[in-house]
Amino acid sequence: MAAPALVKLENLKKHYPRRSSWFRRSTGEVKAVDGISLELYAGETLGVVGESGCGKSTIGRTLIRLEKPTEGRIRFEGADITHLSSRKLKPYRRKMQMVFQDPFASLNPRQRIDDTLEEPLTIHQMLDKRARRERVWELLDEVGLDREHGERLPHEFSGGQRQRIGIARALALNPSLIVCDEPVSALDVSVQAQILKLLKSLQQKRGLSYFFISHDLGVVRHLCDRVLIMYLGQAMELASAFTLFREGQHPYTQALLSAIPRPVPGKKRERILLKGDLPSPSDPPSGCPFHTRCPEVRSVCRERRPEWKEIAPGHRIACHAR
Amino acid sequence: MESILQVDNLEVCFRTAHGEVPAVRGASFSVRPGEVLSIVGESGSGKSVTSLSLMGLLPESARAMGSVRFDDRDLLRLNGEEMRELRGNGISMIFQEPMTSLNPVFTVGFQLMEPLRIHRDQSKKEAYREAVRLLEQVEIPEAKKRMEQFPHELSGGMRQRVMIAIALACRPKLLIADEPTTALDVTIQAQILDLIVDLKDRTGMGVILITHDMGVVAETADRVLVMYAGRVVEAAGVETLFHEPKHPYTQGLLQSVPNVDDSLYPLNSIPGYMPKPGEIQRGCPFHPRCREAVEKCRDHHPPSFAFGTEHVASCWLGEEEGEAHGGSSAG
Repeated sequence: MAAPALVKLENLKKHYPRRSSWFRRSTGEVKAVDGISLELYAGETLGVVGESGCGKSTIGRTLIRLEKPTEGRIRFEGADITHLSSRKLKPYRRKMQMVFQDPFASLNPRQRIDDTLEEPLTIHQMLDKRARRERVWELLDEVGLDREHGERLPHEFSGGQRQRIGIARALALNPSLIVCDEPVSALDVSVQAQILKLLKSLQQKRGLSYFFISHDLGVVRHLCDRVLIMYLGQAMELASAFTLFREGQHPYTQALLSAIPRPVPGKKRERILLKGDLPSPSDPPSGCPFHTRCPEVRSVCRERRPEWKEIAPGHRIACHAR
Repeated sequence: MESILQVDNLEVCFRTAHGEVPAVRGASFSVRPGEVLSIVGESGSGKSVTSLSLMGLLPESARAMGSVRFDDRDLLRLNGEEMRELRGNGISMIFQEPMTSLNPVFTVGFQLMEPLRIHRDQSKKEAYREAVRLLEQVEIPEAKKRMEQFPHELSGGMRQRVMIAIALACRPKLLIADEPTTALDVTIQAQILDLIVDLKDRTGMGVILITHDMGVVAETADRVLVMYAGRVVEAAGVETLFHEPKHPYTQGLLQSVPNVDDSLYPLNSIPGYMPKPGEIQRGCPFHPRCREAVEKCRDHHPPSFAFGTEHVASCWLGEEEGEAHGGSSAG
C-alpha cells in the first residue's frame, strides 16, 4: 500500500508495575505489550487476535492514548502523539474513538440516550444547540434506531441495541479510526450478525478504519482485511486475512485455527492440540514466549526472541522454525 | 436403547413483582446412555433454567411442573434430602465459571475427597488414592501436588478439569455441562471438549451439553434441541439439524455464525430481538422475527410436526410435509 499509514506503531511497549499486596512493594513488571510495530491504513480493518492475557486490549487502549506507553512511538496521521499532553491531544481524540465489549458499562444509567450522544458534540464545541439535536437524530438513524429511542434510558434497551448506541456515540465526532474491543462478544449470535453488518456498512459509507480486537476468528475472518496474531504481549504473525487463514505459517496461528470448532458435523478434523496452559503474562517464558507449548520447539527458541521478519510482501512472522 | 432421563412437558415459572413469568414452556426430551444431547439457544431461551430444574437447583421463587424421570423416580417430586443424595451420585453438573463453583478456602484434594467420603463411604486413605486417580483421569499433570493446592493457584483450564474430576467422582450416569468452555480460551476449549467426549466414551454416561456455540454443537453432540423463548422449537440428530433444519429460527441461527473457512460466507442476521420472558406470546413466539411468517403464525401456536424418526420441529411450515407429533412442543 502506497498511501501513508493512518496509525504507525514503532516498537510499542506497555509495562505495568506488579506490586505485592504487602506494602505495595514493586515486584517486577507485567509486559502487557512488549514491542509491537505495525501500520494501520485508512479505510481498512485490522484484526487483532489472541487469547486472554495476550495484550490485545492494552494495545488498543495505548494506541489511542487511553494508556501511557512505556516505550516506543505512536504516529497518527504522521504526527507523533506518543507524549502529547491531554490538551494537545484533544484535537486527535476526536478522530480516534472506541467501542467497548459491554456497552451498558460504558453508558451513564441515568442519562437519556440523546443527551449521551450530544455530550461529545458539546465538549468539542461543535454546532449550536439545534444543530446538535439534529445531529443526534441522524446518528440514531445511522445505527438503525428511532428518534424516540433517544428519550429512553440505557436499561430500556437490549444488548444489541445498547451496542448500536455505543457505536453511535463513537461516530458522533466523525472519527477516522475506531478501536473496537470485542464489540460483539457479549451478544447472541443472531444479534451479533446484525452488529457486524452495521459495522461493515458504516465503514463503506464513511471510509472508517477499524482496529478490531477479538478472540473470535470467525468474526475476524468475516470483517477484517489484515490480521495480527498476538501471544503474551508479542506479535506472532501479521498478514492479509486471506493469506493468514489459508496459509498461516506460525505454529501458534496454525494451532489456533485448528482449535476452532467448526459448525460442520461429522467431519473429524485432525486438531493440533496444544499441550498445557497459557503461561502467566507476569512471568512469560524466555526467548519466544510460545516455546513452552510449541509443537516445533527448538533449542534456540528457549534462548533468543525471534526477529519480526517479512517472509512475503505484507506477511510478517516471528518464528525461528520458519 | 432405554433412556436414562425422560423429561415430559417441563414447565418452569418464576414469581416476580409482575406476577408469574414463565421461563420454560413445556419442554420434552430424553437422554440415552453414552450420548451427548446438546441444548442450544440464545440468552433467555430457557436452556440453563431447564438444566437447573433437572438438578433441583432452582431458586425458591421458581416452580417446576411436568415430569422428569431418572432411575424410575420423578425428580420434581423428591424432597431436599433425596435430591442431595442423587446430586453428584446419579447426576452431576459443571458450570461455566469453575472459580465460582469451587470453594476458595479448601484445597483441591479436600473438595475431591468430600463426595467420595460422603457418597461412597470411603476411608480417608481410599478417598485420597481415588482422588489422585481422578485427577490423572482428567489429565492433570503432577496430580499429587495439585491435591494440596487451592483453586486460585490453578489456571482456568485446570480449574475446569478439577470441576470435571469432582463431577465424575461418584460415577454419575448423567453429566450436565452448562457452557463448560465459554469462559476458556479456544486452545483450552478444544482440550476440555475432547476430554468430556473421551470420558463419556469410557464411562458410558449420558451428557447434556448446554451451549450457544454452533461449532461446539457440531463437533460434540449426537442429538440437538434448539430452544427459543422457553420452548423447544426443533429437535434432531446433529447431522440432520445442520444439513436439513426445518425451523426458520434454526436456519437463521446457522446462517448467523461467521465461517472461519470462508470469508465470503454470506452472513444472514435475524432481525429484531427475542421476546423478554414476561412478554405475552401470541401465536408462534418467533413470528415477529420470522421471514416466512403467515397469518396463522400470528394467532396459533404451532404443534410439533415429525419428519421421519427423531426429527421434530414446531412450525406451521411443516404442516404439509410432516406428521402431527402430539403435544405442543418438539422433543
